[in-house]
Amino acid sequence: MKPQTFFSQNRSVFWFLLSLTIFALVVTVMSDAMGNGMISTSFVKTLGKTLCLMLVAVAMDVVWGYTGILSLGHMAFFGLGGYMIGMWLMYARTEIIVTESLRAAALPPTPQEIHESVGTQIFGVVGSSDFPAIWVFAHSLPLQLAMVVLVPGLLALVFGWLAFRSRVTGVYLSILTQAMTLALSLYLFQNEAGLRGNNGLSGLQNLPGLDDLPQSTLSIIFFWASAVALGAGYVLFAWVVSGKMGSVIRGIRDNEGRVRFLGYHVESYKLFIFTLTGVVAAIAGALYYPQAGIINPNEIAPIASIYLAVWVAIGGRGRLYGAALGAAVVSLLSSWFTGGGAPNIPLGVYTIQWTDWWLVLLGLSFVAVTLLAPKGIGGLFDLVSKRHPVAISSSPAVGPDVGARRTVEGEEEK
Amino acid sequence: MKTLLEMSGVSVSFDGFKAINNLSFRIGEPEMRAIIGPNGAGKTTFMDIITGKTRPDSGTVIYGEKSISLLKMSESEIAMAGVGRKFQKPTVFEAQTVRENLAMALKNKRGPFDVLLYRKTRAGAERIDELAEIIGLTDSLPRIAGELSHGQKQWLEIGMLLAQDPRLLLVDEPAAGMTPAEREHTTDLLKRAAQKHAVVVVEHDMEFIRRLDCRVTVLCEGSVLAEGSLDHVTSNPEVIEVYLGR
Repeated sequence: MKPQTFFSQNRSVFWFLLSLTIFALVVTVMSDAMGNGMISTSFVKTLGKTLCLMLVAVAMDVVWGYTGILSLGHMAFFGLGGYMIGMWLMYARTEIIVTESLRAAALPPTPQEIHESVGTQIFGVVGSSDFPAIWVFAHSLPLQLAMVVLVPGLLALVFGWLAFRSRVTGVYLSILTQAMTLALSLYLFQNEAGLRGNNGLSGLQNLPGLDDLPQSTLSIIFFWASAVALGAGYVLFAWVVSGKMGSVIRGIRDNEGRVRFLGYHVESYKLFIFTLTGVVAAIAGALYYPQAGIINPNEIAPIASIYLAVWVAIGGRGRLYGAALGAAVVSLLSSWFTGGGAPNIPLGVYTIQWTDWWLVLLGLSFVAVTLLAPKGIGGLFDLVSKRHPVAISSSPAVGPDVGARRTVEGEEEK
Repeated sequence: MKTLLEMSGVSVSFDGFKAINNLSFRIGEPEMRAIIGPNGAGKTTFMDIITGKTRPDSGTVIYGEKSISLLKMSESEIAMAGVGRKFQKPTVFEAQTVRENLAMALKNKRGPFDVLLYRKTRAGAERIDELAEIIGLTDSLPRIAGELSHGQKQWLEIGMLLAQDPRLLLVDEPAAGMTPAEREHTTDLLKRAAQKHAVVVVEHDMEFIRRLDCRVTVLCEGSVLAEGSLDHVTSNPEVIEVYLGR
């Protein structure tokens, strides 16, 4: 037997990384900052954001496509990651501006005065000037970067522990995750939550201390950072879902009771996957929002997580590149249709305006993919490769319970 | 022969229906035991209670030298304590290969981080080859389990049970869907396992049970009706009445 390496067993990793590198290089040489300027800075940002969405979609595929947990709350972790990095960006930048303006004063300002003045600047919009307790680390980049991982990670851990230990599964778990993201979003809408309520955090596209760098250069830096994060996340998840771990989590997806009787503590595995993907979603969010420039509680509304599931479904569940492609195609199409890129279709009596009709089109595509091509966009790769996965015989319409439909008519079980 | 598992006074009811009614049962190690009974006698519920799937309303289930109570343990803890189960309907992971199915069942550490960092070992691979040989699926190791025939899935499930290296094997209808030659092979396997461990076999096929040549427990309406050798229980008028006579 030939020695098998991780890459030889996971060919898609090589092709994914290669395509990603080529794509990143092409964008760079066509950008304003580094190349001939064929791609505008705002479009570089759109592409960079798309890479972040692809990363969170890959995480979603691991939790849904591989482990079978339809989480409709992973964008909450994405948004929280954005909030955590946004706190530092806002604090540090406001601090620089305040220090500049106070320099003209007769007496040099004390650190206390600067801190208070920063508070007034940031929270004036919600009629306050005191820093809430959650901003205690906002002055320090390393601490706040740690919060990017710790806060969403802890939320995922606690939520997952409570949900999984009660053996909440299936659609009930999905509803619970929706409730989580809705509750978080409603909480953040309140000014008392300390994150500027519905104003959210803004000005995140400006990096403190890097005012000399033009946005075109910053956009390329973030684009590359997103590409590296996506590549690293892809390799991480490809490693997690390969080998024995992949075997166990796919077993949990297909028949968690059986996995339990093999001696695996199913809840721990679910919790591990849920938390790991939550943390990666948070990192993706922390890269996304500095490119978007603004974050507000609307970003973690329940619909955001539903979109995430739609991307993964259209891209193809159960294969990481499918999820990544789905996120890229759907989110880019979405910005094309809603950004006025698509021409309106005049029908005489009625004109189809894509800004209104895009969601209908997306909904129809979702239904069509679910019914007609359950393997999604990723399924197209089966046409060129030799992969022929077998259909699983136990269709969901056939139940294990007494009186449930049987695969064979008249067959007696139990 | 020391006692491995002892159930006493166990009752469980579903919506008022008493599936298990004051059931007491003990099995030693090594020992082979066959359980027969009409449909609805509580055979599957009996296994569900031991493996932790169903919690009884009353009674005790004591296991092992340290006399631990299985009622306080989760399904996975019970499995790790050495209770293995083969389901009536073969439930293998159909989307995965035969090798992956066996590898998952192999006796190893079961924590998420142990599994994440698990490295394939030569010993593990040899054990899988050995098991594949026993269950006659050597050539099918790289195949997807969903492609196997019903009988082969039965074998795979038996292989997975053996891979766990359990002390108490609960085997539900192992011979269903097997050819006579395969049945003989199954009997040999179970007998060999029963030389060292405790094996409980639920089976309808009297011929199969006769070949197992072991003590038989007759369940009826959730409690033990008779116990003893096959000839002893089959000559019991009550047993004939409820089970064999029909």
